[in-house]
Amino acid sequence: MKKLFAMLLVVAMVLSLAACGSSNSASTTGGDTAATNNDASTTTPADSATTDSGAAIKLGGTGPLTGGAAIYGMAAKHGAEIAVDEINALGGIQFELKYEDDAHDAEKAVNAYNTLKDWGMQISLGSVTSTPAAATSAKNFEDRIFALTPSASSTAVIEGKDNVYQMCFTDPNQGSASAQYIFEQKLATKVAIIWKNDDVYSKGIHDTFISKAGELGLEVVSDTTFTSDSQTDFSVQLTEAQKDGADLVFLPIYYDAASLILTQASTKGYAPKFFGVDGMDGILTVEGFDASLAEGVMLLTPFSADATDDLTVNFVGKYNDAYGETPNQFAADAYDCIYAIYNACTAAGVTSAMSAEVTNDLMIAQFTSMTFDGLTGDGVTWDASGAVSKSPKGMIIENGAYVGMD
Amino acid sequence: MTMKIKKMSKYTRRNFITYVMLAILFVVVQALVSTGNVSSLIKGQLVPICAYVVMAISLNLTVGVLGELSLGHAGFMSVGAFSGVVMATCLQTVVPIAWLRLAIAIITGGVFAAMVGVIVGIPVLRLKGDYLAIVTLAFGEIIKSIINNLYIGLDSGGLHMSLLTDKLNLAEGGKTILGGPMGATGVSSISTFTMGMILIVVCLTVIFNLVNSKSGRAVMALRDNRIAAESVGINVTKYKLMAFVISASMAGMAGTLFAMNYSTVVASKFDFNTSILVLVFVVLGGLGNMRGSIIAAAALTILPELLRQFQDYRMLAYAIVLILVMLATNNPTLSAAFRRFFGSFRRKKPTSDAKGGAAQ
Amino acid sequence: MTFLTYVISGISLGSVYAIIALGYTMVYGIAKMLNFAHGDVIMVGAYVCFFATSRFGLNPVIGVLLAMFVCTILGMVIERLAYKPLRQAPSLAVLITAIGISYFLQNAAQLLWTSNPKTYTSVVGNGALQLAGGQLPISYVTIVTIVACVAIMVGLTTFTSKTKMGKAMRACSEDKGAAQLMGINVNTTISVTFAIGSALAAIAGVLLCSAYPILTPTTGSMPGIKAFTAAVFGGIGSVPGAFLGGILLGIIEIFAKAYISTQLSDAIVFAVLIVVLLVKPTGLLGKPVSEKV
Repeated sequence: MKKLFAMLLVVAMVLSLAACGSSNSASTTGGDTAATNNDASTTTPADSATTDSGAAIKLGGTGPLTGGAAIYGMAAKHGAEIAVDEINALGGIQFELKYEDDAHDAEKAVNAYNTLKDWGMQISLGSVTSTPAAATSAKNFEDRIFALTPSASSTAVIEGKDNVYQMCFTDPNQGSASAQYIFEQKLATKVAIIWKNDDVYSKGIHDTFISKAGELGLEVVSDTTFTSDSQTDFSVQLTEAQKDGADLVFLPIYYDAASLILTQASTKGYAPKFFGVDGMDGILTVEGFDASLAEGVMLLTPFSADATDDLTVNFVGKYNDAYGETPNQFAADAYDCIYAIYNACTAAGVTSAMSAEVTNDLMIAQFTSMTFDGLTGDGVTWDASGAVSKSPKGMIIENGAYVGMD
Repeated sequence: MTMKIKKMSKYTRRNFITYVMLAILFVVVQALVSTGNVSSLIKGQLVPICAYVVMAISLNLTVGVLGELSLGHAGFMSVGAFSGVVMATCLQTVVPIAWLRLAIAIITGGVFAAMVGVIVGIPVLRLKGDYLAIVTLAFGEIIKSIINNLYIGLDSGGLHMSLLTDKLNLAEGGKTILGGPMGATGVSSISTFTMGMILIVVCLTVIFNLVNSKSGRAVMALRDNRIAAESVGINVTKYKLMAFVISASMAGMAGTLFAMNYSTVVASKFDFNTSILVLVFVVLGGLGNMRGSIIAAAALTILPELLRQFQDYRMLAYAIVLILVMLATNNPTLSAAFRRFFGSFRRKKPTSDAKGGAAQ
Repeated sequence: MTFLTYVISGISLGSVYAIIALGYTMVYGIAKMLNFAHGDVIMVGAYVCFFATSRFGLNPVIGVLLAMFVCTILGMVIERLAYKPLRQAPSLAVLITAIGISYFLQNAAQLLWTSNPKTYTSVVGNGALQLAGGQLPISYVTIVTIVACVAIMVGLTTFTSKTKMGKAMRACSEDKGAAQLMGINVNTTISVTFAIGSALAAIAGVLLCSAYPILTPTTGSMPGIKAFTAAVFGGIGSVPGAFLGGILLGIIEIFAKAYISTQLSDAIVFAVLIVVLLVKPTGLLGKPVSEKV
């Protein structure tokens, strides 16, 4: 009896929420973005993005806003919000942006995607991370809603889908570019790799790096992994690399684990060159991180928050004012996504009255033909597969700041 | 009709109500979907809900009927998911009818999960209580770790399998089905709500019949008092293993259904957190209470989606709801207070109250 | 020499598991519940100490004390609001509530402190004791962690065997009903257990993040599960068992990575655990349970 009663209670609760949900869903958008941040300044640009103008084109994206990967989702969301505010302030085409939480999970990402579809999303920003994006991009393809993902870099995201595009490099692209770069610049003769064995991103880069290195005759002496379950102690991986005489350690991983590796290598007194990819960007912004540990770390990244061009300075400044932190490449990619979509919409004359399907065809036509200049690269183009073509910049960390290597 | 229901035994009547509930639900949902009255969100959740319902009733068999706490149930789901996906991909050209391919895949998933269930069950069921729980957790993690390093490819020569390396030596035109950490990508999503409902009904029938059979009573006797049961000659290992393996195979079938609903599936999805999630459904629905599990699984799967209006506070709200529901159901003072509150509605319809009591 | 390096790495990792496991096992031993929120209390303790030392520049010792204070209060509040009302409920209900608390703490931490990782400034200092001419460095954090483990073990054992409250705890763990009949206030005793367990969690959190200096709202969950495994490994409820289990688990994990495969190390660790439990079903130092017929 007690149980039955409890179930009634749950059902009642669910139903009441369902009732509120349907009445509110249309009017809520970015909401309390500032609530997550202690240091946020009093005004948040999200407020203007949420103003419900009837004639706005609806953009939707999913990303991990909670859980272990939340940092990437939040960054993309914030970056996109800044771009939407800037565009809406111009007074031309208006955007309405909504980000839904997918907790870095394919199942929840599809739910989030469907929520956005019910809301009337016309253009999608896909998902922020690769595994969820592979699931949502299949939906994008099925529903004919155009998607431009800021940072889901796995090839599975765009494979076989004519209307899913990427703002970031594909993983294989980064892997071979890194091997090429290390070989050409004669950075090392013996390379060790430490990668994350349960991460699509890391695995993708690792595989192409190995095959490219094989082609070039770059010797990979040590190939070790870790998983999210064992992401604390790297002594074995580092000892192996040291024992095998690696003079460069390639880290195709995100910066949180990389910062631990750098710290532990320094404690061990092991000082090879460290080489990272775009996931490494952000290491200098970790609060409390001793930047001297990252001295000499090299990385291939399309974006650097320390660049002095007007676009970057403007973006970093606004981001800092709004969210009290320095943006990383996820934020920059999302910012570029919005502008790329804006340019395409302007060129194709997309209006908020158009259906997602009509918009979809116009966007595909634009993206296969246009050239885009943004934060993460100049002269960016896309091919019909959806992969982006832009040149990664080699960066080295010197005195706690990025310096271009070329 | 009423007469008939009254004549039935207590168990039959209770089960009958559950089936009627499912039938009504199925008809209502199908009607809503065909008239286009359902949002994409709910439509997208129908299959996962079915999969979670099957998971919940299957775990309820282990936890509620057999009385052993399992913290690694997602491991069986994982085995079923990947073996089902591999089977479905192999049959892609041989069996063009989607529902038949799905059915075969689900059965394959069930069979493979059952085999793993035997391997896991024999050592695990010798342990007791929290030690048994931690060993199931350990098996769940081992399964996750192995599948995370397993590569399976298909070419004209058949299936190729490899552990740790992706060198599958595939012939020209071959494709990788399972790519280690990449998981299975490009899965053709053929799961349907109808198939999900059929699976629920099949599993329920199996469980109801089991519980009412000689074997089922033996299993429950073991749960209530192992020593007494043993002393009357009940074979502990046999009956425990039987219940455990049935439960594992159902979890495997649920896994296939779940995996075939998405175009991608990765091993890390079926981790400790998923096992715990299913355990929450079971405990909330009531140990041994299959109908409760069904309702709890459905309600708690939809709940986080309905909480989206809370934006960043969504998962916080979910946690609070979970704690409050546990308190309300299990604390005598609180549940009495709630009952008094709801009682004011009920007094007007005393008959329904009586019925509810009987059903329970 | 490489072998000895791995042994030391294993002990470093194991000492962190051990100190977390001590809190787990203490609460389990008395309250007979698996407190899945323990890992998240650890995380809260680490954050408190981080803000005290890094943001406000307080002395590390004060930071640790502050973290202990906050976690003790937190532990008692959780106990009062979520566990106490379920004293008579089945243990599974309490388990699910603990999971709810765990979700709550993680998400609350994310809202309060954002998901951006923070790098921890070690409360001990980053140096290492150089053995064998600098070839075998043992970091100070490891030494401090082991010393803390031993101190906590001795403290807990003395407390439970010598003081009145400690004896009451042992009585409660044996038989709550009988303890109540003897005039022991069971509720207070269990509350005190949680308070002590949470204070230990704070110390564990600070030392965990000093050894592996990255702090996010999910920092506590995986070490929490590993430590729980360690506690079972050593025989849950047994204080020396938790220490032994933690150290062994750390060494096994490092050896599995070093000598078998980094890719399968998680599977190997758990496989060893299963084998040990099959041979000794109540863990390494667990008391064999005699069955009452």
